[in-house]
Amino acid sequence: MKYDIIVVGGGHAGCEAAAAASKQGFKTALITSNKTNIADMPCNPSIGGTAKGIVVREIDALGGLMGVIADKSHLQIKMLNSGKGPAVKSLRAQGDKITYPKNMVKALESIKTLDILEEMVEDLIVEDNTIKGVVCDSKKTYLCDILILTTGTYLKSKILVGSTHKEEGPHGETSSKHLSDKLRKLGFEIQRLKTGTPQRIDPNTVDYSKLTEELGDMQPWTFSFDIEPQYDVNEQRKCYLVYTNEKTHQIIRDNLTKSAMYGGYAEGIGPRYCPSIEDKVVRFADKERHQLFLEPESDFYPDLYLQGFSTSMPIDVQEQMVHSLVGLEDAKILKYAYAIEYDAINPLQLMPSLETKVIKNLFTAGQINGTSGYEEAAGQGLIAGINAGLKLKGKDPLILKRNESYIGVLIDDLVTKGTKEPYRLLTSRAEYRLILRHDNADLRLRRYGYECGVVTEEQYNNLLTKEAHIESLTQELKTITINNNNVSKNILSSLEIDCLSSGISAYNLLKRPQVKMEHLVEYLQRDYTPEVLEIVEISIKYEGYIAKTIREVEKMLKLESKKIPKDIDYDKIQNLASEARQKLKTVRPATVAQATRISGVNPTDISILTVYLKREYSKDSNNE
Amino acid sequence: MNENICAISTALGVGAISIVRSSGPDVIKIVKKIFQGDDLEKVNTHTINYGFIVDGEEKIDEVLVSVMRAPNTFTREDVVEINCHGGITTTNKVLELLIINGCRLAEPGEFSKKAFLNGRIDLVEAEGINDLILSESEEARKYAINRVAGNLSRIIIDQRNILLGISAELEVNFDFPEEMDNPEVTHTKLHTELKKIEENLKDLLSHSQDGQIIKNGIDVAIVGKPNVGKSSILNHLLDQDKAIVTDIAGTTRDIVEGSITLSGIKINLIDTAGIRDTEDIVEKIGVDKSKEILSQADLAIYVLNNNEKIDAEEISFLQKLDNVKKILFINKDDLESKIDTSNLEISDIVYGNTIDEKGLDNLKNKIIEMFNLNEIKSKNYNFLSNARQIALVRNSLESIENAIKSVEEEMPLEMISVDIKKAYDDLGEIIGATYKDELLDELFSKFCLGK
Repeated sequence: MKYDIIVVGGGHAGCEAAAAASKQGFKTALITSNKTNIADMPCNPSIGGTAKGIVVREIDALGGLMGVIADKSHLQIKMLNSGKGPAVKSLRAQGDKITYPKNMVKALESIKTLDILEEMVEDLIVEDNTIKGVVCDSKKTYLCDILILTTGTYLKSKILVGSTHKEEGPHGETSSKHLSDKLRKLGFEIQRLKTGTPQRIDPNTVDYSKLTEELGDMQPWTFSFDIEPQYDVNEQRKCYLVYTNEKTHQIIRDNLTKSAMYGGYAEGIGPRYCPSIEDKVVRFADKERHQLFLEPESDFYPDLYLQGFSTSMPIDVQEQMVHSLVGLEDAKILKYAYAIEYDAINPLQLMPSLETKVIKNLFTAGQINGTSGYEEAAGQGLIAGINAGLKLKGKDPLILKRNESYIGVLIDDLVTKGTKEPYRLLTSRAEYRLILRHDNADLRLRRYGYECGVVTEEQYNNLLTKEAHIESLTQELKTITINNNNVSKNILSSLEIDCLSSGISAYNLLKRPQVKMEHLVEYLQRDYTPEVLEIVEISIKYEGYIAKTIREVEKMLKLESKKIPKDIDYDKIQNLASEARQKLKTVRPATVAQATRISGVNPTDISILTVYLKREYSKDSNNE
Repeated sequence: MNENICAISTALGVGAISIVRSSGPDVIKIVKKIFQGDDLEKVNTHTINYGFIVDGEEKIDEVLVSVMRAPNTFTREDVVEINCHGGITTTNKVLELLIINGCRLAEPGEFSKKAFLNGRIDLVEAEGINDLILSESEEARKYAINRVAGNLSRIIIDQRNILLGISAELEVNFDFPEEMDNPEVTHTKLHTELKKIEENLKDLLSHSQDGQIIKNGIDVAIVGKPNVGKSSILNHLLDQDKAIVTDIAGTTRDIVEGSITLSGIKINLIDTAGIRDTEDIVEKIGVDKSKEILSQADLAIYVLNNNEKIDAEEISFLQKLDNVKKILFINKDDLESKIDTSNLEISDIVYGNTIDEKGLDNLKNKIIEMFNLNEIKSKNYNFLSNARQIALVRNSLESIENAIKSVEEEMPLEMISVDIKKAYDDLGEIIGATYKDELLDELFSKFCLGK
C-alpha cells in the first residue's frame, strides 16, 4: 500500500498533521496503535492556558482543528490575565476527555483523502538516507513519500510508581520498543525525558464545603475565529481550589526515598514548570502551602483530576498524602499518580520546517521533539503536516518567525537551543509578545494558511472582511471630533482636565489611559463586532509600545535577512570562542539572527561571524 | 582562537628586564624547542624555570621562564613568559625565535581579546585592561585597575539583577496567573524599585564625564598675540625646553604638545602659533591650525601682557572665544601694569609670570578649581569611560524612565515589562551578555510553579 504522506501516532500532533496533509489533497494515512485513543488527553484535562491558549488561536488561524474541537467539547472556559494587558490574555478551557476525542475522530473521518489505520509501527524503511515507508508488527508494509512521526510519550515509555515500574504508555497501552533504537541507529541522538500525572479522585467523596470554587467566565468565548459559542455559560462545570499543608509536607519528607524520582529509580529529566509535589516540597522548603486544583475530566465519568499533585510515590504513601488535604480527608483515589519516562530525539537535529536533518522526507512533531503539552504538540503537528505537503508540491516550507507567532517561537527555540527538559511555551519566551496576541492571531497567520491550501475560501473571506472593518473603524475614529458640545457623560467623567474646547479626535482621545472604546461606540456610524472593537482599541491605545516592539522586530529581521551559507566551515573562522564554534557547528543556523539566539554564542562571536561572512561571501550574497 | 601568539610585553629599550609573553595551545612545546634547562613540558604549572634561550648551539640570553598551564591563566590558555636581560637586540631575537618555531606576532590587545573570548574577563574588564596599558596619569591608572577588578561590571550586574528580579516577578504572574501564592506586583512596588535603579544609573552617568577626563585628560590650548610669552609659560609648566623660545615674534609655528599632571589628572598643553593677520605662508598655516585646535580644546588660556595695553585685534579675538571655557592669564606681572581689564567680560582672570618659581601657581590652581580636579580624585572610580558604554547606559536609563512614566499612568504591567526588558538588555550589552535564558532560570529558581 502506498501513500503520499503517512503520520504515525494519533495524538494531538498526529491529528493536526494528518488533517493538514490531507487537506492539501494528498493521500494520507494516520497510523495509530489504538483508534479509541485518538486525540486522547492522558494528563491535564485543560486546553489552552497562558501562551498555550494563543497557540490554539494560531492553530485555528492556520486551518487546524484544535480550536473548533475544543469549542465543541469543553466543560468550562475562562480568559486568563484579563487585567494585566492585552498580550498576556489567554483562553483556558476544561476539555471533556470523552467528547474531545470523539469530535476529533469525527472531523478526521470527514476528510476524504485521509485513511485511519490501526497498526503498531515497528520499523522504518530507509534507503539512501531517505524515508520510504514503515513496517508494522502485523508484518504489513506501508510505503510513502513523506513520513511524519508523532509518537508522543510512547517511545520506550516506562511508568513509575514508587520503586515499581512497568514498560507501558499511558492507559496501559503498549509502548513502542524498537522505534527509538531504530532512530538511534539512523543517527538520531536520543534523550530520556520524564513527566508525571496526578491522582484522579471520586467526586462523591470530597467535602466541597471546605474548598473554594473556581468558576468559568460569564462572558462566552471561543477559541475559533469561525464559530459561535457552542455552550451555555450557566451550564459550566466548577473547579475547586485545594491547598497542601504542613502535614502533607511532613508525609512527603518522611517518605522521600520511596519516590521513584528521589529513590533513584528514574533517569529522565522532568520539566521545571511542572514539578512533582515532592520536588516542590524539597526545593521550596520554606513554603507553607502549595496550591492544587480539583478539575472535572468529563461529563461521562466521575473522575476529578487533582492538578498540582503529580508524584511518583508508592500508592500507600499517596493515600496518606491525599487524605492529609483539607476537604479530601475521606477521598477515594480512583487512579494513582505516576511518573512516565520516554525517549525523545534531540530537536537540534531538526530543520525549522520540522524535517529531520538526518533522514530526508522524515518529519517529527510533538513530544518526540522534546516538548510537553497538547497545544505545543498540535502546533508542531500542523506545521509538519503543512510542510510535508509543501515539500511534495515543490514549494518552500512555511517557517513562522518569532515576530509572527508563538508556534514560530516554539519551533525556533527547539531547533536553535534544543531542550534538556520537556519544553513548554511561556509568554516570557516570546520577546515580541505585544504583537503575538490572542486577538490578532488570524491577522498574523490566516493568509499563510490560505496560501498553503489548509484554510478554506470561507475562512479566508472572514479575514478579509475583518481587515476591512478594522481599517474602516480606524479611519472613522480619526474623523470623529469630540468637543464640549457633543461630549458624553461617560467620557467627561473619565477625563481629568477639560481639553475639549478646541475639540479632539476620537482616535487621540482613545490614547488617554482612562478613555475606553466602549465610551466611543455611541459616536460610531456603523456597528462593529466586539473583536474588531477590541483589536482597534489595543492598536491605538498601545501604539507607542507596539511601535517599540516593532523597532526591535526590525532589528531582528535585518539579521534574519543575513543568510549563512549551508556549506560554511566554522573551523575556518578565526577567533571564534570554542564553545560558540561547537554550538554553531551543531545547530548550523540558517541566518545570523538565529545564530544570536544560540546560548553560548555571545555578541563578540556574532561580530566575528558577520565580518567573516562579509569577507568570504560578499560577492555572491545579497546581504544588506 | 587556537593560534599561538607572542609579543614583547614590556616597553622596549627601558629597564633591565624585558618580558616576552606567549599564549596558545602549543606555546610550552614551542618554547621548549629554544630553551636549555629543565623539560618545560614536565615542570609544574605556575613555576619559574632558570635556563638559556638558544638558537641551535648559540646561547642567546640567560633567562627565567614562567610556565602557566590553562585554565588558570590570563587568557585561559597555556601561557609562557620569558624574562630576558633587556636590550632591544636580545629581546627581538627571542621573539624572532618564537615566531620561527610556530608563534604568530600578537596584534595589539590580542591577549586581552583572548581573555575575553575565553570568558576569563567580560567586555568592561577587557576595555579596562586596554585603558590600563594606555593610561598615562596616575588617576587613569587607578581607574583602569578598578575596572579590571570588575567594579564597574559589578555595578552594572547589580542593576541588571534588580531588573531581573522585577521581571521574574512580573513574568511569573503573566505565565502562572492561577497560582495565587505568587508575589503580587503592584504599581507602587514597581515604582519604588524602578526609582532606585533610575537613581543608580543617573549617578553612574554623572560620573561618566569625569571618567572621560580621567582617561583622556584635559586639552588646554594656550593662545594669545605673538610674543606675549606663551611658549615660556608652556616651558615653565613642563620644566623642559620642548617649545622653541626666542624673542622674535612668530617663531612657534607648529603646535607643540606636552603634558603635566595636576592633582593626578593629565593636562595636555597645546601651544599655538600667535594669532595675528600675517602674510607669511608658513606662519599662516600655523595660525589656521591654532584656530582649529582652539575649537576642540577643553580650555583656552588666553595670554595678555601686563606691560602692554590690550589692542583691538585682541579684543576681537577674545569675542570669538565665546563658546570656549577660558582663563585670561595676565603674564609678566613682575613688570609695570599698563593693562586695563575692566572692560572685558571675563570672570576668570589670573596674574602671574614665568620668572618666579611659583609664578604660575595661580594659573594651576585656577585650572584645578575650574574642573573640580581635587573632587574627581576623591570620588569612586566607577565611571563609564567610552562612548559605547555611555550610550548604552543612557538607553537603559531612558527605558527605565519610560517604565516609570508607564507606572505613573497605571498602564498594564505587560507594557511596563517591555521597557524593563529593554533596559536589562542594554545593560547586558555593556558587559557583553544578553542571554534571554537568564530570565527563565531566575523564574524557575525563585518561584515554585506548575501543576
